[in-house]
Amino acid sequence: MSGFDKVVSSYADAMQGLTDGMTVIAGGFGLCGIPEGLIAEIKRMGVKNLTFVSNNCGVDDFGLGILLEDKQIKKMISSYVGENALFEQQLLSGELEVELTPQGTLAEKMRAGGAGIPAFYTATGYGTPVGEGKEVKEFNGRPYILEEAITGEFAIVRAWKADRYGNCIYRHTAQNFNPMAATAGKITVVEAEEIVEPGDLDPSQIHTPGIYVNRVIQGSFEKRIERRVLAK
Amino acid sequence: MALTRDQIAMRVASEFKDGDYVNLGIGIPTLAANYVPDDIEVMLQSENGLLGMGPYPTEEQIDADMINAGKETVTAIKGSSIFSSAESFAMIRGGHVDFTVLGAFEVDVHGNIASWMIPNKLVKGMGGAMDLVAGAKNIIVTMTHADKHGNSKLLSECTLPLTGVNCITRIITDLAVLTVADGAFHLTERAPGVSVEEIAEKTAGKLVIPEHVPEMVI
Repeated sequence: MSGFDKVVSSYADAMQGLTDGMTVIAGGFGLCGIPEGLIAEIKRMGVKNLTFVSNNCGVDDFGLGILLEDKQIKKMISSYVGENALFEQQLLSGELEVELTPQGTLAEKMRAGGAGIPAFYTATGYGTPVGEGKEVKEFNGRPYILEEAITGEFAIVRAWKADRYGNCIYRHTAQNFNPMAATAGKITVVEAEEIVEPGDLDPSQIHTPGIYVNRVIQGSFEKRIERRVLAK
Repeated sequence: MALTRDQIAMRVASEFKDGDYVNLGIGIPTLAANYVPDDIEVMLQSENGLLGMGPYPTEEQIDADMINAGKETVTAIKGSSIFSSAESFAMIRGGHVDFTVLGAFEVDVHGNIASWMIPNKLVKGMGGAMDLVAGAKNIIVTMTHADKHGNSKLLSECTLPLTGVNCITRIITDLAVLTVADGAFHLTERAPGVSVEEIAEKTAGKLVIPEHVPEMVI
């Protein structure tokens, strides 16, 4: 009996059940706060035709960018992409589809998906290509467009500290999309920098309650910096 | 003389009021952080989830978990807060950020802005720009008045795909400060040494010119 103990001991166990054609929601902003080991495991598994919901798609040899090498990604739902040459190449050749989504709308789509709200109205994107074909409704004299929530078969998340029950705390701006991603997966996998015992984390400081989390794995991270800028 | 990028940033910074929460876009807007007057405090919001963004780090302070919306390493000031992307855009969309400053390709007399996409060129995405223009109380657009071929960026109707509609009320260019209202640009200030005639010539959309147009104070 493992009760609420969600810790798994191998990356294979962490990503077990991921198959071709699934949708994966990933935390991270650029290369900050990405579940590096889980991405590497998806590459190792070789699953294909994946849809990724993630703000960005990494760089050529790091982050989600490594899944482009074997053409594992069919579609990206992102706010900003193209930091990688391979991405551009596959996009132009039609091998890769991109659904550009405003950053705040993307975060809210994940949040709504995890919170059981199927759609929401937002002013963001009204009158732009993003609003084309979407229902418009006026509230207090202002037009809003209807945006649908997103959920995925899997969500992959990077936490700073997670306890065995799946309660998570994020560190600095590595938080970003991780808390929403954690709520929006049917199976949510957390890769943590440190796994602690239940009770070690202050309950009132927890960002993601363990109820959203199915599996926790101890990760090891390179934490690559995308744009190193120093004070002059 | 047309203003330099830094001079545009200085003019932008003079708009800030003590206690303002401000989101600065990439490019000239970011430079405005260097020119906040000494006698006021503003707090910078970075839409990846940081309120109270500080300067770039020293070699000792550098931290892979601490970046800004441009993915650059950054620091946080004392009294800052860090939160999720959903929280960050709740404060943006909910109108809690006092000032947004961002660049643009085009602005038109209806306050429409095009800033994210040039058809037939690689489209990288809008990032948070559409959320910011839909949510901020005050938006200032900074850009050069005309492109490098001399074509006006202040138009009757934007020609490029839009970032937002009816949302821009103030523009600070290298030549002028303008407001947007009632289907026209209204000239309020001109760059030192720049003539009203030159501004009129480089403004394609309807321009309302008052009798007296003061020079900017920088």
